[in-house]
Amino acid sequence: MSLSAVDDTEDPSAPRFGHRHLLGIEGLQPWDIEALLDLSEKAIEISRQVEKKRSTLRGRTQINLFFEASTRTQSSFELAGKRLGADVMNMAVASSSVKKGETLVDTAATLNAMRPDIIVVRHHAAGAVHLLARKVSCSVVNAGDGAHEHPTQALLDALTIRRHKGRLRGLVVAICGDILHSRVARSNLLLLNAMGAQVRLCGPSTLIPAAIDRLGCEVFTDMRKALDGADVVMMLRLQRERMHASFIPSTREYFRYYGLDAEKLTYAKPDALVMHPGPMNRGVEIDPEVAESAQSVINEQVEMGVAVRMAVLDALAHHLPGSNADATRPAS
Amino acid sequence: MAIQPIKISNVRVIDPSRKLDAEGAILMMDGRIIAAGPDAVSSAEPDGCLSIDGKGAVACPGLVDMQVRVGEPGAEHLETLATASQAAAAGGVTSLGVFPDTDPVIDDAALVDFLMRRARDTAVVHIHPIAALTKGLHGEEMAEIGLLKEAGAVAFSNGRLPVAKASIFRHALTYARDFGALVIHHPEDPDLRGGGVMHEGETATRYGLPGIPVEAELIMLDRDIRLAGLTGGRYHAAQISCAQSVETVRRAKAAGVDMTVGVSVNHLSLNEIDIGMWRSFLKMSPPLRTEDDREALIEGVRDGTIDVIVSDHDPQNVERKRHPFAEAHDGAVGLETLLPAALRLVHNGHISLMDLIAKLSTVPASILGLKAGTLKPGVPADVILFDPDEPWVLDRHALLSRSKNTPFEDARFSGRLQATFVDGKLIAERHDDGALVLA
Repeated sequence: MSLSAVDDTEDPSAPRFGHRHLLGIEGLQPWDIEALLDLSEKAIEISRQVEKKRSTLRGRTQINLFFEASTRTQSSFELAGKRLGADVMNMAVASSSVKKGETLVDTAATLNAMRPDIIVVRHHAAGAVHLLARKVSCSVVNAGDGAHEHPTQALLDALTIRRHKGRLRGLVVAICGDILHSRVARSNLLLLNAMGAQVRLCGPSTLIPAAIDRLGCEVFTDMRKALDGADVVMMLRLQRERMHASFIPSTREYFRYYGLDAEKLTYAKPDALVMHPGPMNRGVEIDPEVAESAQSVINEQVEMGVAVRMAVLDALAHHLPGSNADATRPAS
Repeated sequence: MAIQPIKISNVRVIDPSRKLDAEGAILMMDGRIIAAGPDAVSSAEPDGCLSIDGKGAVACPGLVDMQVRVGEPGAEHLETLATASQAAAAGGVTSLGVFPDTDPVIDDAALVDFLMRRARDTAVVHIHPIAALTKGLHGEEMAEIGLLKEAGAVAFSNGRLPVAKASIFRHALTYARDFGALVIHHPEDPDLRGGGVMHEGETATRYGLPGIPVEAELIMLDRDIRLAGLTGGRYHAAQISCAQSVETVRRAKAAGVDMTVGVSVNHLSLNEIDIGMWRSFLKMSPPLRTEDDREALIEGVRDGTIDVIVSDHDPQNVERKRHPFAEAHDGAVGLETLLPAALRLVHNGHISLMDLIAKLSTVPASILGLKAGTLKPGVPADVILFDPDEPWVLDRHALLSRSKNTPFEDARFSGRLQATFVDGKLIAERHDDGALVLA
């Protein structure tokens, strides 16, 4: 794999990314993940140069189809696509056709007729991206579907961790907060398990999904125990509307027991990383000082986000009809 | 116009109402059974009699499906009484109990009358309206149970909207008792169900979907059973879905509570894993649960805890189904797959053919008080013929139901309907090329 189809100097015998879509971490093999992370490292180099433009996706159309508002993820995908030379179009569907009664499948058919090469989708319903992928003829990237998966977030988290710790295998990662409604937690759980890390989940039991331990993790309700000896502490955003459904009594009490503050952080390893997918609720799930401390890699996660999305788009580009790789190598 | 007499010979006659399972024949005249069983073999054929060779097929009373939804009135694009009855004829179902959750809701005697007249004019099988238990199904005010029953309602139900208020449900059961009216209830606590869309557990967690705990069913079922005990009203739990519910009913019956309970053939055939990658045709209420639950339901059918098997026929078109799983409508069509799917219980050795037909015909007919589910001389001649072993594969596009949302797409079945008779008339017949032809 390479980030440029023009100066392609890679080893042609290297394994290539064998998927047409990226719908979730589920379905990826450890070597797929490894390959995407390696490719992301190259993307970081490119992104840190003055000349950031590559031509892998030149002439390609990328549509960012967001049924749910998102600043961070959408702009990250937009930038990634543009750095690879694609024409990127953003569609905020929440405010347009859906209100006119158009279904997801209608939208998919309409977009498909515009002959895009890659569609990046975020939707509020679990499984929506899989449904859309079955109805279009281009590559589809899941940018978050309900409480199901958010694969590029898990990849960028893994990249961040790997760059600091040099590995994923054997690390203890504590994921804390609203696990129940979190696609980030699910994708991270799948990825970290696949890569041999040890996952701990922590939150009030009202925000822990049923039988999640069957997916391969330890569940804690005492945050100090969850953090004990952890290499990474990953905080999740608490949706304030959860209080109305009585998942928690107040943000004040939530912060007391599940907010990451300096005291709780002392239970983790001294060099433990502090992570958050953003946007943060300061003073709800994380103390502002911890968020800005030397252990925090929260801003770095944003940079890794662009790199990982460049890597994903590049890997999928090799499956697009008419791509160099497609023409010169048999499909695996 | 006189009805042509029909004699079906060379059949295995199964009539659970008479505990009859024997080689024999069936003679029908003037729309009624004259004789059915070994004694009919020697019956003389009347003049102009249509003689049918059953070729060793099973002949039994037509099926009685007490939980069917039809789009008429209000959603005729999904299903009409006519199309539902054709699907029923193709599935061997000769009597349908149709649910009141239509638009408008069947909560007025005039609407019951409307349904019955529409059925008389357009349907090819017997249609029996089940009226609303509460006005508008709002669960606040009792419907006019006396007047509705007089108009022809065979039972009362709140559809899929459970009556959340215990006091209202208590009064409804008590009042219905005075009229000998049957109350059919969907036991599910709507508040505890919340926004749940599938069985709560590992699978829902993997899919990131909000779950429905079995307790949503158990709490309501338990409440209902206690209120049935308190009031002495006739209570039928429309369908149960989990192992604990089977145990709850088993204990209630042992304690003498006068109640009956149904299960859908879907829950006897499928489990949550079958949903696979977000297949919304398998989204239903109550949700498909675990394999342990499915096995417990089968055991409940076997030991008699569960009285009836229903199709839970609920037509939905692609416009309502082709959505992300959580946003798709509940429901699956089932009239045409009820018999073959239920026959799996026989082929797998869980129950006898006689017991299966009882739960698909004789028992529901008796619960609803219908002159059906039997081949006794003198009753309306609703009869079906089927080959219990014929292998076939379901093509959903071949379904006669106007909606094709079957959870059994491409399923392999053993056992296929050969012919359906309603009121002594042949209304559906399978030709030698395998095609089913409606009269």
